[in-house]
Amino acid sequence: MDKLIAAKSEPLWNTNNKVISVIVGLVILLFALPLVGLNSFYLHLFIMIFMHAVMAQSWNVIAGFSGQISLGHGAFFGIGAYATSFFYMEYGITPWISIFFGMFVSGIFAVLIGIPMLRLSGHYFAIATLLIGISFQVVFQRWDLVGAASGLWVTMTPEDSWTALQFHSSKVPYYYIFLVFFLVSFFAVWVLSRSKLGYRLRAVRDDPQAALSLCINVSNYKIIAYVISAMIMAPMGSLFAQYILIIDPDRVFNIEISIIVLLITVLGGIGNVWGPIIGASILIPISEYSRIYLGGTGGAVDLILYGLILMIICVFRPNGLISFIPKDILERKKQR
Amino acid sequence: MKILSVENLSRSFGGIKANDDISFNVDQGSILGIIGPNGAGKSTLFDLITGYTKADRGKVEFFEKNIFGLSPDKISNLGVGRTFQKLKPFADQTLLENVMIGAFVKEQNIKKARDKALEIIDFVDLIEKRHHFAKELSTGQRKRLEMARAMAIEPKLLLMDEVTGGVDQKTIPGLVELIKKLKKTGVTIITIEHNINIIMEISDNVLALDQGKSIAFGPPKEIQKNKEVIDSYLGTFDAA
Repeated sequence: MDKLIAAKSEPLWNTNNKVISVIVGLVILLFALPLVGLNSFYLHLFIMIFMHAVMAQSWNVIAGFSGQISLGHGAFFGIGAYATSFFYMEYGITPWISIFFGMFVSGIFAVLIGIPMLRLSGHYFAIATLLIGISFQVVFQRWDLVGAASGLWVTMTPEDSWTALQFHSSKVPYYYIFLVFFLVSFFAVWVLSRSKLGYRLRAVRDDPQAALSLCINVSNYKIIAYVISAMIMAPMGSLFAQYILIIDPDRVFNIEISIIVLLITVLGGIGNVWGPIIGASILIPISEYSRIYLGGTGGAVDLILYGLILMIICVFRPNGLISFIPKDILERKKQR
Repeated sequence: MKILSVENLSRSFGGIKANDDISFNVDQGSILGIIGPNGAGKSTLFDLITGYTKADRGKVEFFEKNIFGLSPDKISNLGVGRTFQKLKPFADQTLLENVMIGAFVKEQNIKKARDKALEIIDFVDLIEKRHHFAKELSTGQRKRLEMARAMAIEPKLLLMDEVTGGVDQKTIPGLVELIKKLKKTGVTIITIEHNINIIMEISDNVLALDQGKSIAFGPPKEIQKNKEVIDSYLGTFDAA
């Protein structure tokens, strides 16, 4: 009985004050960085890290938490990008509103795709999502209403505009917008991982048969995870479209988007909220620096490096780089 | 009062009749033991009752509600818990997390679910192992984990598939005591067992299966004397 009372008196989460202090310090540092005069390249680098960390976090929800390997997640990025650009150009609707429209449409598509696809499992689901992702690219390449293969050139405002979400004189506003989305998505997924839904998704991932015996409708929970994942991905497409102001199917529906979010998550640590952040912080700088030093798209050296890193990780650290950090520090797990 | 009524439940796989016209009733608060040689259809019967396998025909009533054809999650939601012959713990999660997933069925609040899970873990005598990953536990401990996880959904009927199977002799008495302790909580139990001494000790009624057919049903003392059961399963037990 004493042991039970002692167990009940334990805190719900293993909160380590030192870790919290480090996190708060890092967040303050991230907000302060532009004030100390980051140049345009470094602003861009951080923006790309934030964006890819969120995209990978999105993929982490469906693959890491519910165990469904999606290879077509770029579709939701593209939907978000087109939703914002199209409605701004055609109807003058501010991207701040159409971001939510993109999320909504992505969520709807996730349900429509998820209902038949999530009956598949393992490799079959992965292959099916790969084809779905490619089919979006093909459809948009031929859809005249949204510019077909040429895509959409977002009408530029003469000056910086928060309403139009366009900033021509500095990347700093973009930096803060992406940073806020990055922090919000991280916090949302962190809360999700510790919620009833998070527990149930992990049950579905670990053993669907056992999950069924605990009143968990496995199909429904997979769809819920897919929808949440899609709705996290879409805003990054929207913001990216506003960042570069020109989108086309080959850019925003590219299969590479789906693959890179997978690489980032696996590198950092799949199924862990910190994984995508660590993965993006390493892979994106490799990509950007190889692009600078080798020109163009990086001469595919970045892809070779990705492949090498992935092989090393898969062989020596299958749980990702996060596994180098003792579990007691970051997670709620054991207090033996 | 009847908690479960099974009538003419049948299921074939190709030409093999895994369950052939099985009928029996289970009284509330009792323990029904199911015995039979390997391949008799015991685990298939569990899968048919809990919806994991669709029956070809028959009827299954739980508290007089027809549950035939319902999905496993809906059946468990009505209050039918189960464990598995081939253990299915959520291996990469701790014992506490495993049981909390079951506790969330009745408790929405995370602290209440945690506390309820801890009480159940204490009930199965694993409180010191609560933060261990399921994959780190021994087979006997995993059996207790599965029982605890199933209990967390507050079942009225609990189906346990070979609780003492695959564990060493020292571990068995503890598991048997746990089943008895579980019965005292009021939950009705159906258990598949190969250890005939255990089944005779704990059961109120015994169902004997052979080659998919029900060959006997009744109190343990009657089953022990049943010639067909002796011929097909008990063998030397009775002679001893």
